Amino acid sequence: MPQIAQIAETYSSQIFWLLLTFGFVFFVIGLGMVPKVQATADARDAKITGDLDAAKAAFARADEAEADYRTRDAENRTAAQATLAKAKAEAAKASEAKLAAADAEIAGRISAAEARIKAASTAAMAEIETVAADAARDMVARISGVSASDEAARNAVKAALAHG
Amino acid sequence: MAESGKIDPMHQFAIEPLFGTDHLSIGGYNIAFTNSALYMVAAAVVLWVFVVGGMKRQLVPGRWQMAVEYMTGFIKSLLIANVGEGGKKYIPYVFSLFMFILLANLLGLLPLGLIGLHPFTFTSHFTATGVLAILSFSIVLIVGFSKHGLHFFSLFVPHGTPLPMIPVIFPIELVSFMVRPFSLGLRLFVAMTAGHVLLKVLAGFVINSSNAGVGYGLTVGSASFILMIGISALEVLVAVIQAYVFALLTSVYINDAENLH
Repeated sequence: MPQIAQIAETYSSQIFWLLLTFGFVFFVIGLGMVPKVQATADARDAKITGDLDAAKAAFARADEAEADYRTRDAENRTAAQATLAKAKAEAAKASEAKLAAADAEIAGRISAAEARIKAASTAAMAEIETVAADAARDMVARISGVSASDEAARNAVKAALAHG
Repeated sequence: MAESGKIDPMHQFAIEPLFGTDHLSIGGYNIAFTNSALYMVAAAVVLWVFVVGGMKRQLVPGRWQMAVEYMTGFIKSLLIANVGEGGKKYIPYVFSLFMFILLANLLGLLPLGLIGLHPFTFTSHFTATGVLAILSFSIVLIVGFSKHGLHFFSLFVPHGTPLPMIPVIFPIELVSFMVRPFSLGLRLFVAMTAGHVLLKVLAGFVINSSNAGVGYGLTVGSASFILMIGISALEVLVAVIQAYVFALLTSVYINDAENLH
């Protein structure tokens, strides 16, 4: 077995070259290069988790914005409905007032017109009485030659008119 | 030595100095650049090339960068699972350990013999695995004593041990603790050696039975060859598992040092 048979001649060379090569591996590769490789991997992991967190936060913000939008939308709707109802009520009130005013004016005009008609018809009645009394007096004078008094004629006419 | 014909299944573990560096030495200690050292350098260079490919630092990684980040992430999750958040500072060490052993195991399995080279698995030498085990064990001791001081010895008294049992439990726990570097180093060495010996023995069967005659070649030889295919796949699995076990046990021991019990 050369491992044992050659140990006396080779152990120093084996130990020397192993320490030299493993020293190179440990100091140059292990300490010099591996931390950089590891740092790259760690930086990537950190970037991935950071990006995921950012995406999660963005999601949360989007949800928040949507909820915000929804509440504002609902608020706007209620506000619009209130404005609409108010406007409707005002319009109804205004038109009612206008109608009332118009009714009052129309009633005034009607009553005025009625009063004028009444006056006219009274005047016309009075004129008819006078004319009828004159005519009655003429008829009496022509038929009987008696000139009837003004008052009698008028009374007769009134009675006739009252009987219709 | 187990020999089958002229094929020595242990020869693959022989260490040979290369490029005439037989007598290279520092302070009287021989440091010849051997085939073993060549494979250590190869493992380090392949690992360097692998990790350099993952240094593009792109936000959206390519395949290569993804592979490198998968390996570092694998070691990171291993340490977090076994040590907790405090284990992250050991990523450079455990990553180096795991990848170095993994590449050493896999490079030793490459079928380079087909083009005349001699593949060598330096993790099949306890001189190499022992150094790695002692490194891991030293880290456990240094971290344990610097973090907990003498309180680190409470590791050897499991929680809830009755007072009269402590004099018995303490030495047992201490021995089981001191055995760790040996079990860590020997496990890897034995697993790699056994697998490579088995492959070479079976390959020896194929060659020797074929040389003995067509009848032997078709029966013993082809059976051995089919078995070799299966065991080669198993050896790739063992290469990965042994590297993982080494890294896993290191992180379990580090957990003892970091968090006691």
